[in-house]
Amino acid sequence: MRYAMAIDTKKCVGCSDCVVACQTENDVPIGYCRDWVVEVMDGTYPQLEMEIRSERCNHCENSPCVRCCPTGASHYNEGGIVLVEENKCIGCSACITSCPYDARFVHPEGYVDKCTFCLHRVKKGMQPACVAVCPTKCMYFGDLDDPRSEVSMILKKRKWKTLIPEAGTKPHLYFLI
Amino acid sequence: MREEIIVSGRNNPLIDPQLHIWHWEIPLYLFLGGLAAGVLFFAALYTIRGRENDYPTAVKIAPFVAPIALTLGLIALFLDLHHKLYFWRLYTTIKFDSPMSWGAWTLMLVTPLSMLWCALHIKEIFPKWDWKFDIIKDVLAFFEKNKIVLAWIMLISSAVLGIYTGILFSAFNARPLWNTSILGPLFLASGLSAGSAITIWLSKNHAEKKRFAQLDLMIIGVELFLIIHMFMGFLASTQVQIEAANLFLGGAYTAPFWIFVVILGMIVPAILEILELRKFKIPVVIPVVLVLFGSLMLRFIIAYAGQASRWLY
Amino acid sequence: MIFFTESSIRPKYENEYHMNSRRQFLKISSLSAAGLIFGGGLLDAFANNLVKTNPSHFKGPFDFTRTPTYCEVCFWKCAGWVYKDENGRIKKIIGNNDDPNCNGRFCPRGTGGVGMYNDEDRLKTPLIRTEERGKQTFREASWDEAFDYIAKKLSKVKEEYGPESLALFSHGSGGKYFGKVLKAMGSNNIAAPSYAQCRGPREVAFIATYGQGINSPENTDIRDTKCLVLIGSHLGENMHNGQVQEMSDAIDKGATIITVDPRFSTVASKSKFWLPIKPSTDMALLLTWMNVIINEELYDKKYVQKYCYGFKQLKEHVQQYTPEWAYGVTTLKPQQIRETARAMANAAPAVIVHPGRHVTWYGDDTQRLRAVAILNALLGSWGRRGGYYNPEKASVPHYEIPKFPKPNKTWREALGGKYNLADLALASGLCDASMPTHELGHKIKAWIVNGTNLINTLPNQANTLKAIQELDLIAVVDTMPMEITGYADVVLPECTYLERYDSLRVSQGREPSIALRMPAVEPKYNTKPAYWMARELAKKLDLLDYFPFENLEDEIDWELQQVGTSLEEMQRIGVKRIKREYDDLYFAKDEDIEFNTNTGKIELYSTSLADEGFEPMPVFVQHPEPQEGFYRLIYGRAPMHTFSRTANNPNLTDLMDENTLWVNPKVAKEWDLKNNQEVYLENQDGIISDFAIKVRVTERIRFDSVYMVHGFGHTDKRMKRCFGKGISDTQLISNVMTDPIMGGTGMRGNFVTFRFDNKKEA
Repeated sequence: MRYAMAIDTKKCVGCSDCVVACQTENDVPIGYCRDWVVEVMDGTYPQLEMEIRSERCNHCENSPCVRCCPTGASHYNEGGIVLVEENKCIGCSACITSCPYDARFVHPEGYVDKCTFCLHRVKKGMQPACVAVCPTKCMYFGDLDDPRSEVSMILKKRKWKTLIPEAGTKPHLYFLI
Repeated sequence: MREEIIVSGRNNPLIDPQLHIWHWEIPLYLFLGGLAAGVLFFAALYTIRGRENDYPTAVKIAPFVAPIALTLGLIALFLDLHHKLYFWRLYTTIKFDSPMSWGAWTLMLVTPLSMLWCALHIKEIFPKWDWKFDIIKDVLAFFEKNKIVLAWIMLISSAVLGIYTGILFSAFNARPLWNTSILGPLFLASGLSAGSAITIWLSKNHAEKKRFAQLDLMIIGVELFLIIHMFMGFLASTQVQIEAANLFLGGAYTAPFWIFVVILGMIVPAILEILELRKFKIPVVIPVVLVLFGSLMLRFIIAYAGQASRWLY
Repeated sequence: MIFFTESSIRPKYENEYHMNSRRQFLKISSLSAAGLIFGGGLLDAFANNLVKTNPSHFKGPFDFTRTPTYCEVCFWKCAGWVYKDENGRIKKIIGNNDDPNCNGRFCPRGTGGVGMYNDEDRLKTPLIRTEERGKQTFREASWDEAFDYIAKKLSKVKEEYGPESLALFSHGSGGKYFGKVLKAMGSNNIAAPSYAQCRGPREVAFIATYGQGINSPENTDIRDTKCLVLIGSHLGENMHNGQVQEMSDAIDKGATIITVDPRFSTVASKSKFWLPIKPSTDMALLLTWMNVIINEELYDKKYVQKYCYGFKQLKEHVQQYTPEWAYGVTTLKPQQIRETARAMANAAPAVIVHPGRHVTWYGDDTQRLRAVAILNALLGSWGRRGGYYNPEKASVPHYEIPKFPKPNKTWREALGGKYNLADLALASGLCDASMPTHELGHKIKAWIVNGTNLINTLPNQANTLKAIQELDLIAVVDTMPMEITGYADVVLPECTYLERYDSLRVSQGREPSIALRMPAVEPKYNTKPAYWMARELAKKLDLLDYFPFENLEDEIDWELQQVGTSLEEMQRIGVKRIKREYDDLYFAKDEDIEFNTNTGKIELYSTSLADEGFEPMPVFVQHPEPQEGFYRLIYGRAPMHTFSRTANNPNLTDLMDENTLWVNPKVAKEWDLKNNQEVYLENQDGIISDFAIKVRVTERIRFDSVYMVHGFGHTDKRMKRCFGKGISDTQLISNVMTDPIMGGTGMRGNFVTFRFDNKKEA
């Protein structure tokens, strides 16, 4: 079972609903965020192009953060989701430095925090909070190993890309382009 | 024009606008660790080669710096942790993929080792020292008999200590500036250089001073060689690496690096030591302090600049 | 929870009733000892005790953790569920799956609604303006005192000037209840800024053309459209939930989007055609499109023949508007204009030329929206799938109350009998009627302001402030210490929508639906729902007959029983969808339809406009352009904010806490501006912005304009998160171009230049 998320950049309008929903669902303190929205614009007026992406931890298959964690707090959990066990984390921040996507941050309580793909919801058969709230329905989540899951089907249908594939992390966050 | 911006107002403390999560604690520890490694390495090396009496400072006196440096370094590391109460978790597991885990356990080995080594030579500093308890005297006698074995262990573990700090950084390929395998040997060399400098400073034996000055010159030569090749490597590599190298070739860290680390920390002391060897009288403290300063600045600048180098945005 | 007894412990302040000096803007809240309790941590402890929902709110078996509501952060009113944790604190708000307005997904502002409740800068207790040692300040008052004050003043004003001098400005649910009070007193001066400052022109234009306005939510069938033409709409940045959701569906289905915008908006980046039009020339483009569609015979001939009146006149009228002519005016290439016209016609009738929402731009807005309406008619999209559907609203009977007295004079007479075609009252008009120099009709002397920050809403701030100084009474009802509260005589703190019942939401749509709002938690601090306030006020004015129910939930229950459900059921389901009464979502094939116009047909040539002496068909008018060194000030929305309403919301300021000024790189080079540099702006009338704004150098804006998001630049220090952040575009909108047809206030005719300090020349 390999959980992955696909985000359709053609439909995303950059409203940042995913950011607020994640904040209220996961009690992320104000001033911190587990996911964020990036706008990339190219060109000269009026020949312009724009891509909008909602980014978060990529839950990489070959994640540098799990590899470098000295206590095992960063670990692979169900479906390949990368989680941080608060009680094992010492706050050394090696994982933060090792993440090429800058997806992690230090929670005010001292441990390292990041997107968890809302595993607590996924276990109950629900979708992550960001996917469930997105008004443009541009986010898909599911099991890559299941050929009939939403995410597998959409990746077969559309062109996609991942961020910095050359970093070798094998991310599970796909952007439909 | 290309505009790449985060529109959802991400401003995670210590992460945005630029990663700055490791402050003075880490570079300070790396310096102290490297220094201790250098000192212990030479102590072990010359013990094994039976030259204890030729280089008495290196083998018996200089190692006293090590436990102090290591303890201070450990305190600095502890202060850096954000979840301090859980620090003991480091010692509940060993992760071979994590250089930090390696470091934690190596420190766990080297610190008591260095204290043991100092205990064996305590009479050099405090001639009237008495251990009072017999059990301590027996244990020390045991180690004194097996000193060569102890020296071998210390040789290897101090080398690991010296090199792992560089490997720690180079394992983080997310920071393009650190993503070079030259960093490990460079830090080891810098640590050995610092160790020799301390020995030169503390030594009262002219032959020893000369020997270590020669060693230090060689090591500085090696460091300069490594630095040049590090930059050659970056500039011939991918775009992010070129950008990382540019931090030192016109970017924000150019002046501090070349002036403090290379010129003041390596070239000037080298010249001074050459002059010393040519029988000019140079107060020994100058090149020593410059070498130590350069070693410390190397760690600081690499640590800070590394956090500024990135893949995205 | 009343902390002050009926016999207030405060001495009477005589100068409250005889304020000779002008109203000073009270920036700093003055707190007495009791105020410290309300403002400080002590009340937080109280608030915790109050947080567990009062079980008496629930009529049936209840689920403590989840209560239904509909959102009040914007005016889409999406219905959703409020979730609480085991301590009874609000945790999150999500959408109700049965609600056609949101389909179970809230927008970022709705999701961030928790911040409205948690905001510690909220108004906490009633305040009355008083004068202490020559300085004006607010003192805390009891509710009884506040209502006494207002009631006495209202009665006095009514006696002296007549009930037609009372006015209500409202942009929130509470308007209904205060409106009843005013109507019962004999006034019909009830206005929302969303009319003359926002969508008014399109209502009048569509009523003149189709006999029917658009209202809200818009009846655009976006999810089935094949071509969506957005001229003056930035869907995606303007986060009208249902519309953005449907646009996403349309994109999935491969619909063509044509965006006309001088700025590369979010939706422009998703459009097949982006027409970077020169600002203020949209009318030219619309008329030219008509020219192409008529001359190339791309219009829906059967539809036009059957349903439209005035085609011959229209055809003759648009001959002068050729694409080649339009090129010179709009800078859009003729080929582009023809291509897009053909694309629209190709998709017809599943094409929508979107009417936009905030359309008060240049003073000829009603005519421009007439052009939009006509274009839709030519394409045959009105009443067709993928175009405009026929919305239906549930009819929920109201409990019978005594008839309201007929007003002696209406708001129209206050404005000299102008604007006969406006179907709702004009907020700006009532403001104008309060000015000292007003001569067109009778003057307005007392304002009740509910949930709208008029200082930032009405353009020409200087005007608004002058009007306020003349009033005998201004009472403000709000949740946050917005700028308007700084000018009030009495401030009544309302609790947020999460803490109260409100009337049922009965909104129009493909399917009628009703939604319930019930409190998730008890009101924080000393705040109260608007219904209770209006009723208490009515008590003082002896108008209790108009408020037969003491508790609003009883009235809601009565209403629900009339339509076959009950409060208990609605508390469980939140939203009830009701079957359409008539199966007339779209026109049936060859159906005979009578439109509610003079001729009974869709009027391409408008007889009602001609009768009033206005152009029966839209005409292109050139609008003033910026002089050298000045740039047109364009403003818009951000999806994470609702104008200034959310500017202090902790969750939403986390996303965006200030606006930036979009400047073209060529302009930036000329002025030597760098990214994130702070500049001040000065407009054509010499008004300089209070604060500075950060520059964003971007290719996405034309070289003759600058753009910023509306709703920032707050001057009230009591709002700690948004005070001084960014610039208020309203401050720089001093040139108002009034629409002669319905009084809409065109705001896009203002030009600004850069300054590096805000010192006024002596």
